[in-house]
Amino acid sequence: MSAPSASAPIVRVEGLTVGYDDNVILHDVNFSVSRGEVFMILGGSGSGKSTLLKHMIGLYQPMAGHVFIDGADIVTAEGAARQAILTKFGVTYQSGALFGSMTLLENVRLPLEEYTDLPLPAMDLIARMKLELVGLEVFCGHMPSEISGGQQKRAAIARAMALDPAILFLDEPSAGLDPITSAELDTLIRRLAANLGITFVIVSHELASIYAIGDRVIMLDKRSQGIIAEGDPRVLRDSSDNPLVRQFFRREVEPEAETA
Amino acid sequence: MSAAVADAPDRPVAAARLSITDAADGGLILALAGRLDAYSIAQVWAQARAALDAAPSRRVSVDASAVVYCDGGGLAMLVDLLRQPRAPDAAVTVRGLRPEFQTLLNQYDISLLGAPAAPPVERADAIAEIGHAAATLGRDMRTQIGFIGETSGALWYAITHPSRVRWKDVWYTCEQVGANALPIVALISFLLGVILAFDAAVPMRRFGAELFVADLVGLAIVRELGPLMTAILLAGRSGAAFAAEIGTMKVNEELNALTTMGLDPVRFLVVTRIIAAVLMVPLLSFFADLIGVLAGGVTMLSFNIPFVTYVNEVASAVDLTDVLAGLVKTPVFAILIAGIGCLRGLQTQTGASAVGISTTRAVVSAIVLLVAVDGIFAVIYYILDI
Repeated sequence: MSAPSASAPIVRVEGLTVGYDDNVILHDVNFSVSRGEVFMILGGSGSGKSTLLKHMIGLYQPMAGHVFIDGADIVTAEGAARQAILTKFGVTYQSGALFGSMTLLENVRLPLEEYTDLPLPAMDLIARMKLELVGLEVFCGHMPSEISGGQQKRAAIARAMALDPAILFLDEPSAGLDPITSAELDTLIRRLAANLGITFVIVSHELASIYAIGDRVIMLDKRSQGIIAEGDPRVLRDSSDNPLVRQFFRREVEPEAETA
Repeated sequence: MSAAVADAPDRPVAAARLSITDAADGGLILALAGRLDAYSIAQVWAQARAALDAAPSRRVSVDASAVVYCDGGGLAMLVDLLRQPRAPDAAVTVRGLRPEFQTLLNQYDISLLGAPAAPPVERADAIAEIGHAAATLGRDMRTQIGFIGETSGALWYAITHPSRVRWKDVWYTCEQVGANALPIVALISFLLGVILAFDAAVPMRRFGAELFVADLVGLAIVRELGPLMTAILLAGRSGAAFAAEIGTMKVNEELNALTTMGLDPVRFLVVTRIIAAVLMVPLLSFFADLIGVLAGGVTMLSFNIPFVTYVNEVASAVDLTDVLAGLVKTPVFAILIAGIGCLRGLQTQTGASAVGISTTRAVVSAIVLLVAVDGIFAVIYYILDI
């Protein structure tokens, strides 16, 4: 499914070392994401998945290394250059992070108001269609506190898509969703990637989602402070010789943990 | 993958264009071309709508065969054209859209999107508004009375079972409320003493009565201003902090976690804070009294009143009853500040703005009640002739 290897990668991470204070979490991480690809970051709890994502979107400053989004380095960019990079991608956070003082419609409309010159009815229609995509059109007048956690998550995805960015970063989008909604979300991601060529970078540990939508995955590990596997998730499951990778994909408990 | 993928990342390729032509059968053709996205379609959208509205009885065909890219914005425009109410013989159709975009368009139910976005807000009439306000007030009072009862019960339990109080939390709060507030209390009461003494001394000098400034400053600070100013300062400082802390815990469901662990939030959070405030506010008020009176003395030096003379005059005017009359109020102030701060925190609704609302309400209601209670004390002292 991935774009031809000749095209330049849309996201490129080079020599990224991240951590808090003296505590290094990831050391010298390198990978790249192709256009139109559904790229997933896997790993156990505490392996630095979300930390890596937050560095890729420029929220945190890394200890060393660079992150190129569509050719521009988000680590060093400032001012207008940084603003330009930020409009290229949308992000959803684990908790949804909807603005509590606005209705769902207003949440989704906010980026449109700030970045386009469309009239209000047009922005409303776009926002409603985004909410319709995630199955929440009927709730567009509701406040975030009036809908469930899973619905908030879907609304956050609608907000991230408001400007149809080229890249969407999703931090555990299906965690806390029921299997049906989660599968619908996977279909939505697949369809957007196929029809609009949107690139997805998704942090996840939902095996069903990983097999359903992941074109390529990287797997992080706490002990090696970096990537221990990279490739097609189905191939990794069937033929990886790394025991940690096999355990993850086959949901096995570590042998020494069992005996301990 | 098709050309759409290659086009996707480069935003300003071919801006959206619209050309309007007449079809052979008398219909209207709106030919769209280029890139339809939220950044580029504002003008085209308005033009297309205008053309549509200008031809209410003509069949309209939207020719999208030259559209190279069409994201959510472009789809919204197409949906907007399709959803307009038209006569059956003047329908709007879209043709020539690339299959990958047609798939995206097909997932919308046009008839559904024609409905108004949100149900209209019902305007209640004045009587209903008054009724709602009264009901809210009644509910609020019930909550407060319930809270007072619950807190009194928890405090009584704490007094009878001192070993069950979380003293570590109490000492920590004492440090926050008491020790850390010393600098600001010192500064404010010193300035208060200086201002009071100076404002009084200038007119009194005309009667040669500068010395009596000591009586004025001493009595005013010790009986009223010291305790009241300290309490108001703490309402802004610690009352607000209590409301924000507990409010944030409520928003983060930490209060629910306490409750389901079988731990009473009132005993856990409110009692410790009230005990800490009751211990600290009298000490701080006494400290404020000393600093305020001292500041008056420093000011009077510039009016050629020696410090010893000033102190003697204060000692003759202010007796122990006055000091106690001021300090007796302070535990009541402390309970008010801590209680209201905690109550507002517990009443927090969900959402980030809710914490702000709770904090504001905590400070405002605490200050109003402090002044009111101080007034009640003044009346009681007058009747008792203290």
